[in-house]
Amino acid sequence: MRRNQPRSLWQSLVVRIPYAWLAALFVLPFLIVLKISLSQSAIARPPYTPVFDLAAGWHGIRAFFAALSFDNYVLIGSDPIYVLSYLKSVEIAAFSTLILLLVGYPIAYAIARTPRRWQAVLIVLTVLPFWTSLLIRIYAWMNILQRDGPLNQLLVALSIVKEPPVWLSTNTAIFIGVVYSYLPFMVLPLYATLEKLDESLLEAAADLGCPRWKIFWQVTLPLSSSGVIAGALLCFIPIVGEFVIPDLLGGSRSPMIGQTIWMEFFGNKDWPAAAAVAVVLVCLLVAPILVYQHRAMRAVERD
Amino acid sequence: MQSAGSKRGFAPWADPGAWPLLRVEGLSKRFGGFTAVNHLSLDVYEGEFFALLGPSGCGKTTLLRMIAGFERPNTGRIMLDGVDLSPVPPYRRPVNMMFQSYALFPHLNVEANVAFGLRQEGLAKLEIARRVADMLALVKLDSFGRRKPHELSGGQRQRVALARSLVKRPRLLLLDEPMAALDKKLRGETRFELMELQRRLGLTFVIVTHDQSEAMTVADRIAVMDQGRLMQVAPPAEIYEQPNSCWVADFVGDVNLFEGRLGDDGLSVEGTAAGTLRVAAKSPAEPGQVVWVAVRPEKLRIAREQPSAGLDNSVAATVLDIGYLGDSSLYKLRIRDGSQVKAAVANIGGRAAAAPAVDQQVWLSWPPEAAIVLTR
Repeated sequence: MRRNQPRSLWQSLVVRIPYAWLAALFVLPFLIVLKISLSQSAIARPPYTPVFDLAAGWHGIRAFFAALSFDNYVLIGSDPIYVLSYLKSVEIAAFSTLILLLVGYPIAYAIARTPRRWQAVLIVLTVLPFWTSLLIRIYAWMNILQRDGPLNQLLVALSIVKEPPVWLSTNTAIFIGVVYSYLPFMVLPLYATLEKLDESLLEAAADLGCPRWKIFWQVTLPLSSSGVIAGALLCFIPIVGEFVIPDLLGGSRSPMIGQTIWMEFFGNKDWPAAAAVAVVLVCLLVAPILVYQHRAMRAVERD
Repeated sequence: MQSAGSKRGFAPWADPGAWPLLRVEGLSKRFGGFTAVNHLSLDVYEGEFFALLGPSGCGKTTLLRMIAGFERPNTGRIMLDGVDLSPVPPYRRPVNMMFQSYALFPHLNVEANVAFGLRQEGLAKLEIARRVADMLALVKLDSFGRRKPHELSGGQRQRVALARSLVKRPRLLLLDEPMAALDKKLRGETRFELMELQRRLGLTFVIVTHDQSEAMTVADRIAVMDQGRLMQVAPPAEIYEQPNSCWVADFVGDVNLFEGRLGDDGLSVEGTAAGTLRVAAKSPAEPGQVVWVAVRPEKLRIAREQPSAGLDNSVAATVLDIGYLGDSSLYKLRIRDGSQVKAAVANIGGRAAAAPAVDQQVWLSWPPEAAIVLTR
């Protein structure tokens, strides 16, 4: 059997490259952030203590570890500004993921049902906005959503509203920006599963007495659940940590967690507190990823 | 007589007073410039096992899909129990279909797959469970109810698909190449199981197949199709013994065709590659018309010596090749004008001592009643 053959040097190297990548660009930075989160803020360079110093020898290392503390985590738990910030992030992410599903599913379904030669064109159109920087597109939305911007002009012209409503610095503006920016991340995985859906299953359901709308709930939706989960996680996780969109479109009264980290880091210059907030965020986000991975593994075993 | 009727004394098509369960009238279906079904009409009777046989692309699956409601005909209509099905959507037709790919729902287990159709009817849970259990017992899958389709073998999946399409007791069951995905041995057994099931449930089956032996085995009547048209509709024995055209004779089984002109008495064909040939049944064709004498390979006799002059037809031939098939041997021979003839000989004498060998000169002969005259 192939599997029992000793791997060549080249093979084992190729297998280890992704791990090396992860270690260098995820695990190591995370350990540094973790270390900073256990430090104390100080007016120094870098702006925290203790600093790891091998020159002090064994005694110095012991002093270093003794100086680490969980004070910043206690602070996060006790000050409601952090808890509220987390809650707001999760709330915004959950609600916009739901909107993304409701908007993205029909789009993905329509693309998967168009004649094959048009599908590639439609997919390219879906990802076309990525060709422009996110920052520029969000600035464009700031323009659109201004008090005398195109949206309000249109609404007034159509007599839908009498007084132009305020959009900017509201949660609505955040939802508009998030749903607009993340739509491709929802549409692509949904399209990938819906495109593989066997047409004869839908015919079989109709043949067995199932009307069209029931076929959707009983066959199409259950069979595209892997795409729904993938799309939801692909959107939910980055939206929780989103910084640019709430910072430019939302208000500053109740910040999302990304804004809070930014504030601690650049405003208060409190690197350890910012690091602790970031570590808690990572831990919160690892949970849904693990759930997803568990499901994906089960799906692989099934095939 | 075997050829006139059916295998089981069931022949409602011969009764002019019988009402068909399914009547197809002048049905046509075009896809772009391609005509898949061309002005086709046929009747299927209650309790019948009806086969649509034809080469791939002949329109048989399109016809089936129109009956199920997945395709809309361009012209013509489909009547079931005297009711026009045209305005009825697929999910309201009292017709079920077994798909060639089986189309089992991968997210549902065997029980839920079979129960799917009953759940749409809004039946009571207990009633559904009872009927599903009965149906699974009928197809011998009682202990597999909790399995998912991907945990079953090909043959088991096929039976789940069959159970799922039967559980609603359709007025008409459509089977699209139901055995195409099975291996040869299993296919042979499944044919008989399918026939038994059909008789036991007293249902009407319409099966689509490109496998002629499958159609011959299971069907009461076969409709042979080519290029969207019906070539012949008749019981299997009649299709084989009395094909109505060279095309049908050649498509169903092997045949030797000799072209000639019909003699004045209507009982002989002159000027063929094998000389003048006698036939037993008088042909309705005009004397002098171009006709074909059709003889099945297994009706030919091979002899070393010239048969004594009698009523039998005979022709000298050279053995070109012998295909040994176990139960029989297929001889390829050449007659004097260079054309080839096939003869099948049953291997009943063990390793036939005196069987002719390649390159030997032999005589082929057959009685007049073994051949028929075809006019097209």
